[in-house]
Amino acid sequence: MLLSETQLGQVVQIARITGEGSFRRRLMELGLVPGTRVELLRVAPLGDPVELLVRGASLSIRKAEASSIEVESAAHSKARFADANPAKLEPDLGV
Amino acid sequence: MASREVDPRPESAAIGGVSSSSEESLKHRPLVLLVGNPNTGKTSLFNRLTGQNARIGNYPGVTVERRSGSSRLLGQADVEIVDLPGTYSLSARSAEEQIALWAVLGQGQHPKPDLCVFVADANQLGRNLYLALQLAELELPLVVALNMIDEVADNPPNPEEMERLLGVPCVAVSARRGTGISALLAAIERGVADKPKAHAEVVYPEPLQKDAAELVRSLPAELCSSPGRNRALALWALTSIDDDDELADIDPALRSATARLRRSSGRDLDQEIIAARYAFIDQRLPTLYRRLDRHPAKRKVSERVDRVLLHPVWGFFLFLLLMLVVFQTLFSWADPAISLIEDAFAALNGLITSTLPAGLFRDFVTQGLVSGVGNVLVFLPQILLLFFFIGLLEDSGYMARVAYLMDRVMKSLGLHGRAFVPMLSGFACAVPAILATRTMERQRDRLLTMLVIPLMTCSARLPVYTLIIGALFPPTAVFGILPVQGSLMVAMYLFATAITLLAAGVLGRTVVKGRRIPLILELPPYRLPSLRGTLRMMWERSAVFLKEAGTVILACTVALWVLLSFPRVEPSATLAPGAAVATAGARPKLAPSPIEQSYGGRLGHAIEPVLAPLGFDWKIGVGLIGAFAAREVFVATLGLVYGIGDPGDDDAPLRDKLRAETRADGKPAYRPLVGLSLMVFFAISCQCMSTLAVVKRETKGYKWPAFMFAYMTGLAYLLSLGVFQIGLALGF
Repeated sequence: MLLSETQLGQVVQIARITGEGSFRRRLMELGLVPGTRVELLRVAPLGDPVELLVRGASLSIRKAEASSIEVESAAHSKARFADANPAKLEPDLGV
Repeated sequence: MASREVDPRPESAAIGGVSSSSEESLKHRPLVLLVGNPNTGKTSLFNRLTGQNARIGNYPGVTVERRSGSSRLLGQADVEIVDLPGTYSLSARSAEEQIALWAVLGQGQHPKPDLCVFVADANQLGRNLYLALQLAELELPLVVALNMIDEVADNPPNPEEMERLLGVPCVAVSARRGTGISALLAAIERGVADKPKAHAEVVYPEPLQKDAAELVRSLPAELCSSPGRNRALALWALTSIDDDDELADIDPALRSATARLRRSSGRDLDQEIIAARYAFIDQRLPTLYRRLDRHPAKRKVSERVDRVLLHPVWGFFLFLLLMLVVFQTLFSWADPAISLIEDAFAALNGLITSTLPAGLFRDFVTQGLVSGVGNVLVFLPQILLLFFFIGLLEDSGYMARVAYLMDRVMKSLGLHGRAFVPMLSGFACAVPAILATRTMERQRDRLLTMLVIPLMTCSARLPVYTLIIGALFPPTAVFGILPVQGSLMVAMYLFATAITLLAAGVLGRTVVKGRRIPLILELPPYRLPSLRGTLRMMWERSAVFLKEAGTVILACTVALWVLLSFPRVEPSATLAPGAAVATAGARPKLAPSPIEQSYGGRLGHAIEPVLAPLGFDWKIGVGLIGAFAAREVFVATLGLVYGIGDPGDDDAPLRDKLRAETRADGKPAYRPLVGLSLMVFFAISCQCMSTLAVVKRETKGYKWPAFMFAYMTGLAYLLSLGVFQIGLALGF
């Protein structure tokens, strides 16, 4: 599944980022590495770009680039990332 | 190694603004760099630390602004503080992005810093730590400032854990509230003396460690240092250097070794490096916070506000309303202040005229110097107002939303959303609009935006259009409904906007090509804007404009005065340009006006053959020369050519003159077709020395203003030629 195809509000997990080298590197440096949870927050009024929630920050990228991010369902993951659901995370951390 | 031992501040002379008295003390002043992500309040912290003494210069070799200032430490010693451009990573693809690494290392022409202060947003350590790790891997002397600590009161990050993580002192501060500043100053003071060395234990995969070790052997001698830093530099090379980067001064051996390694490894090196760092962050983050929120506290409120402000209908409506206010302010609310300045300078001129004896000196003072200073100051109201809005919009976080909302539109021009506010401001005046391109991060985008902004119909074109339309077009309606004059005005706006869009498309694919970088825009949480910071920015921007662009504008005013007043003709000296005398009514046709006999007038005659194919005569030619000062001066200059002085607000006598003007064969000289051709010329040509002066300041050279003048005026010539010749062929 591509990030551009996910439902608004659906929390997914990054599987793979494809696309041009330097853009891909930039996205990863902003924390979009495989395993990171990401949510499509909203689409701009004119249809592009889109707003993402990653690691507690709002990032906006264009749809064309959002379709270079492959995602998978976050439900059956054991990821422990900053933006993971705290309810699930806390026991894991022993807090 | 050796290269770092040279004079610690080789660039201090080039920065400018450093007074010679402080030159000596500068040499011994420790240098502290503020490093951090964008939107971490780094500039507010800089302002807090340096007080009122910031200087704005440039980094060597690139047109990126360098803000520096001094700060007095508790032990009375001064340190020099530099606010590095905000960045998410030290990895670089362009010379501008490379500044970050080169500055923290003290490479190239950058002086070696004594200490780096990493400014982190305490809400956002999950991402901010990435840059911190890069700094720590370089084993730099580091102090951490956990900024915006007031916003995370219910879940603050633990400073001791942070100190353990990076091995350096960590101070919680709030630049906005001013808390923790003295603790930070104390930490800086100790840091400058002890140079606490940061470290980070990121675990990289085995093969990557081998690759890095191999690449270290190709590091140029001047970069070589401790094993840890060497490895960090090898990793930097792997994530920065590739076939089409635009980095400066990269050692060829390092470049080829990096390329070889990237090719031969067959692995995804970028991901290995970056993912290892984030794995480390994710592992350590739970020790920093009591709990990990999906939405940091600050974001929850922002999210609620964004539901309205980014709403497909309401959000867009509010956005348009806000932009209308900004635009209206620049376009008309600045007027009273502008008139006040103009009146004040007219009064000053009147005073000088009545005190000084008539003659060359008096004319030079009134028409050259005083008018020149007036020409500079007259931009201040718009610059101050625009930067007032920009300050509030940036500070509050809404500017990023403007970019988000308008990106779709700007994308089609090969620009991105951040170009919107500068372009919109161009409808009022190109000078503040070009200064406003500062809000764009990428130099290529800035340059392209600057090059097309002067094509927007600014308010200085209106008096020209008004004169031409009023004089040469009938106040009738076509098809019984469309008023000719009003429709023409609207058509001129649409025409110029279309040309702007076309020019952006063409220039963006040719002259300022550059890779198209996909948009990555952070939408920071909404914050209450700081009036202090905004006022400070307004002042800084205005000061730079006055100092650097102002001098050019003043010089041009004097040059134009010389051109249009020499050689001098005594009897009607009062009719020279700029003299505010209104001898209204028709004057009998006498000897040629003084302006006709001036160099400018002769030049007007000389260029008549060039202008004739556009339908212009020498009189319009002189007007065009005068209009170089500012487009609206065309009206005044033409008034002088016709010997009726500066028409001021009432151009009726001039309109009559234009209508009555005849050619040798007795037909009217200025037909509607000539008027149309002239308006097209004014819409496109670069008739504005102030715009060129500002572009020169912002691009640090004469190349781009020269190009701008050539392309705009060339294009204007061709389009006017087309309009006039096709019109003639059609029998108009």
